[in-house]
Amino acid sequence: MSKLLSMRDAIADFVPDGASVALGLQMEQMIPFAAGHEIIRQKKRGLTLIGPISDILFDQLIAAGCAEQVIAAWVGNVMMGSAYNFRRAAEQDGLKIFNMTNFTVALALQAGAMGVPFLPTRTALGSDVPKENHFFYQIFSPFTPKELLWAVRALNPDVTIVHVQRADREGNAHCWGNFGVLLDGVRAAKRVIVVAEEIVEPEIIASDPNRTVIPGFMVSAVVHCPYGAHPSPVQGYHNRDNAFFRQYHGQTKTKSDSDAWLERWVYSVPDRRAYMNQLGACRVEELDVKQHAYAAQTDYGY
Amino acid sequence: MTTISETSTQQFDTKSPAYSLGELMVATAAREIKDGEVVFVGMRLPLIAFVVAKRTHAPNAVGLFENGVVRSTAAPELIYTMADPPNICGATQCLDMMGVMSLLQSGRVHLGFLGTAEVDRFGNLNSTEVHGPKGSTRLPGSGGACDIASLAQRFVVLLEHSRERLPERVSYLTSPGYGDGGDWRQRMGLPRGGPVAVITSKAVLRFADDGEAYLSSVHPGVELGEVVSNTGWKLRSAEHVSQTSEPSAAELKAIRDYDKDGFWTK
Repeated sequence: MSKLLSMRDAIADFVPDGASVALGLQMEQMIPFAAGHEIIRQKKRGLTLIGPISDILFDQLIAAGCAEQVIAAWVGNVMMGSAYNFRRAAEQDGLKIFNMTNFTVALALQAGAMGVPFLPTRTALGSDVPKENHFFYQIFSPFTPKELLWAVRALNPDVTIVHVQRADREGNAHCWGNFGVLLDGVRAAKRVIVVAEEIVEPEIIASDPNRTVIPGFMVSAVVHCPYGAHPSPVQGYHNRDNAFFRQYHGQTKTKSDSDAWLERWVYSVPDRRAYMNQLGACRVEELDVKQHAYAAQTDYGY
Repeated sequence: MTTISETSTQQFDTKSPAYSLGELMVATAAREIKDGEVVFVGMRLPLIAFVVAKRTHAPNAVGLFENGVVRSTAAPELIYTMADPPNICGATQCLDMMGVMSLLQSGRVHLGFLGTAEVDRFGNLNSTEVHGPKGSTRLPGSGGACDIASLAQRFVVLLEHSRERLPERVSYLTSPGYGDGGDWRQRMGLPRGGPVAVITSKAVLRFADDGEAYLSSVHPGVELGEVVSNTGWKLRSAEHVSQTSEPSAAELKAIRDYDKDGFWTK
């Protein structure tokens, strides 16, 4: 059964107000910006944003007033440092933040994925991160020696949105490159939206099952959206638009500057195609893969 | 407190050194990596320190990145983030975060690098929020810093040297150093580790057995008093404070070949 939807319909159908949304799970690669921008355009409110780090996407969702809470290890602009809207919201507007560490985001999602209430860890012992934070509870190992550990509470996002290189119409998805917390975040989610650079036939997916990161039965919607991760990179498809991250840093220092940025890059463009037109063909061409690097063939024969 | 010898003071007094401060810090950081070690490479300056070490004295070092990448070669061109395509292409393995963090937790990582907003007397780091006289400043947060500080066999910190950034006690303890000294890490249940060096824009601090930082070396051109007066506690010093070694020609070449426009090191 085809689950292909437009980005507009996928977000309208599966991201209700008040939902907890995991996104940006592959760290600085394949961040689903197009999905985030559609969330902003549809004026979703009261969202809980979940992710290990966020390379400016959370900052944009916060600027647009979509977020009520953030559960994350790091929110900013990776190559430039701070993200101003996150700072403003935290310092002035009382944005609720659950401070995590990258490992404990992974553990919370993995616990959710495994269907257990928590997973134990040795990280963050002695840190202030677990203080007044309901994701952490101190326990002793039931086995000898009875070591001190943190139990990290399971996290099950209402919806996880991922950008991948290719998927078929049912949502069986291939991804390659670094995964971050993609696998845990997908298995922990109640619903999954897959955004893909290319829609391929099921035979392509089945030709290389080790590359399949999401089996289609877990997927609610598949969206075909080339360049949907811009300005973040998609391995083998396009490079990172470093200038865009730099410009974002310079153009969002104040609230009114950020509003102007959102107007230009989100509200005034109806969809990703219009966004890419605004970016311009020259700039898009600059991001092209300059030298392809194909993997050796893999023989699944018997 | 020991002072630096007269001859070396004159040597420090170069008006226009042949390298930038960023280059000095990166070269100093790179030297903390021993050949053959497994290194957890953090974001920003450590990205290039790993490359410099690989291309000079530590060709067999292995890099782990928290996005899941394991590399036994340096990325072929400049990267701004650890997930930039050149850091994936030619990697040894692309795991997920749980994979690399498991290697870290089980004690297989020798060294981790961390940037931070604040470091205190006992090497505790704050990258979450700073409470100052003008109110609070919210910072991006831990990322993987707390995990690296908790679980690596040892870690090295890089930051700018000022009184504000080196307070006696961090206002929020994001990443554990030696707590309040002594056997604090053991009491907290941390399995190993702790900071071994803080590389600032003025000096290198190291740690005594009691967990307190001391001044180990001063960068060329920096007065000892300048380091002490820009530190938020009464900084102890080594019996013989040395001068931080200048970057070698090979290190400078490795830095400049890689960071051609000086994005990280100018």
